[in-house]
Amino acid sequence: MREVAVVGVSMVKFGRYNDKDVVRLASEAAVGALRDAGIGIKDVQVLVSGNLYQANGMVGQRIVKEIGATGMPVINVANACATGSTAFREAYLAVASGAYDIALAVGSEQMGKMGLLGGGGGGGDPAYNPEGIMGTNLMPGVFAMTGVEHMRKYGTTIEQFAKVAVKNHKHSTLNPYAQYQIETPLEMVLNARMIAWPNTLYMCCPTGDGAAAAVLMSAEKARQFTSKPIWVAASVLTSDPWTERNPTMWDVNTLTRMAAKQAYEQAGIGPDELDMVELHDCFATAELVHYENLMLCGEGEAGEFIDKGMPYHRNLGGKIPVNVSGGLLSKGHPLGATGVANIVEIVWHLREQAGDRQIPGAKVGLAHVIGLGSACTIHILKR
Amino acid sequence: MAQETATQEQVKEKKVRPLVPFLRVPDGWPDEPAYIFGSRCQECGALFLGERYACARCGAVEKFDEVRLSDEGHIYVFTVIHQTFPGIEAPYIAAIIDLPEGISVRANVYGLDPNKPDVSWFGKKVRMKVEKIRVDREGNDVVAPKYYVVE
Repeated sequence: MREVAVVGVSMVKFGRYNDKDVVRLASEAAVGALRDAGIGIKDVQVLVSGNLYQANGMVGQRIVKEIGATGMPVINVANACATGSTAFREAYLAVASGAYDIALAVGSEQMGKMGLLGGGGGGGDPAYNPEGIMGTNLMPGVFAMTGVEHMRKYGTTIEQFAKVAVKNHKHSTLNPYAQYQIETPLEMVLNARMIAWPNTLYMCCPTGDGAAAAVLMSAEKARQFTSKPIWVAASVLTSDPWTERNPTMWDVNTLTRMAAKQAYEQAGIGPDELDMVELHDCFATAELVHYENLMLCGEGEAGEFIDKGMPYHRNLGGKIPVNVSGGLLSKGHPLGATGVANIVEIVWHLREQAGDRQIPGAKVGLAHVIGLGSACTIHILKR
Repeated sequence: MAQETATQEQVKEKKVRPLVPFLRVPDGWPDEPAYIFGSRCQECGALFLGERYACARCGAVEKFDEVRLSDEGHIYVFTVIHQTFPGIEAPYIAAIIDLPEGISVRANVYGLDPNKPDVSWFGKKVRMKVEKIRVDREGNDVVAPKYYVVE
C-alpha cells in the first residue's frame, strides 16, 4: 500500500438548513476541500460520497453534476453512522492501492428534525412493531444500556457520565463549527429532561444537516500541492465479531477494541502518543466506554479518567484531549457527514489551523466512528 | 377462484400470532403454554433466538437443534425510556434479560417503578407471561412475552 496524504479539507457547519438541499451542502463542502487543496474538480480521479438517508439517491453523482461532471468514477457509500468515515476510507484505499492519485471524499446528510433513530417498523403492519414491548431498539436506549453495563461492571456513576457532556459542551464554546455552543454545568446536565436513563437531553447528540469533505493524494502528488501534508497513518474498518448477547444487546465495545488494536499496529503509534482524539460520543455513555476501548485508560478506569479531567483540552488541564470540537454532543451528528468532519477537525489541528481551540503542537490524532449494525472505523492521522 | 375463497376463509378465522418470530404459540394456547425458543449450533454450541439458517460463530449451515428456552431469567442491564414514538407509553423499563441457557432477550420489565431506577435492579429475577397486546390489521390477536419481576 502507498502512503496517502490529506491535502484539502472543508466542512459546512452542522445545523438546520431549510433553504438548501443535501446536494448543495455536499457541493459546498466539496468545493471548499478542492480550494483548500489548490486543485479543481477536473483534477479529481474518483469521488466517494457518504450519505445514509439518501443512500439510494445517487448523491455522489448529483454532486459532480453540480460542481463538474467529468465522467469520473463515483461511488456511493452507506454504513450507518460510520458512513462518512467509510467513504473517507474507500477514497484512501483508492489512492493507497495505486489505482488513483487524487480522490475526493464527501460526507453529507440532511436530517432536519428527524428525531429518534432506529425504531422504524418498515412498511409492515405496525401491530408487529416490537418497540416498547420487547424493550427498545432506539438509539437513546441502546446507548444508555451500553453505559449501564459499565455501571454494572465497574460502579460507574451517573455524575461521571454527565461529566462527559459537561466537557464536550465546554469544548464546543471555542468551536465556531459546532451546531450548539452552550456551556452546560453539571447540575444543568443532571437536571435536564431525561431521555433514556441515565442520559438526559444534554447527554444526547442532536440531529441536523451538514457536510464535510477531504481531498486525498498519493505522496508524490501531495508534495506538488502542499508543504504540509497530513498523513493517513492508519485506516481500519471492522464489523461485529460474534459475541454472546449481540444482537439482542448491541455491542459497541468489541469491534471498537478490534479496530483500535489494528489501528495502533498499522500506525506504529500507541495511545500514549496521541495529541487528540475525536471519538463517537453520540451519547455521553458511549464516550465513556470508548476511553477504555481505545486504550486511553485502563480497564474499568474510565470513570476516574473523566473525574480527573484527563480528556479535557490541554489548556483546560487535560492530558489526552477528547472531542475538543465539542463532539457529536455539541458539534452535531448529520450521519453521513460526521465521519469526514472528525477527520477535518484533526487535520485542522495538525496544521495549526484550529483557531481558539488549537491543541498546541498537535502531531498525531485519532478519529473513531461507530455505526450500529455495526461498523467501526478508526483513522490515525499524523503530520 | 378457489385460492381466493381460501384466503377469505383464513381472514374470517381469527388467529393468534406472535409479536416476535422466536415466540411459539401452540394452537391450544392459552391452555397450552406458549414459549420462546432458540437454535443451538450442532458444531460449536452457539445459541441463537428463533430459527437460523447458518451459525454466525462458526459458519455451519443448517445444523441446529431447537432449544426451548426458560420462562425465567435475570436482568442483565436496563434503561428507562422517557422519550419514544407517539403511541408508546412512557416511561417504561427496557432491559436485557439473561436466560439460564446462555442467551439473552430484549424486553420490557414490569413490576418496578420506572421513576426510581436503581442499580439494585441488576440481577433481579423475572418471569415471562405471554399476553395478548393488540390486534393486527387483519383482526388477528398479537401476543407477546412480557417479563414481570418475581417476588
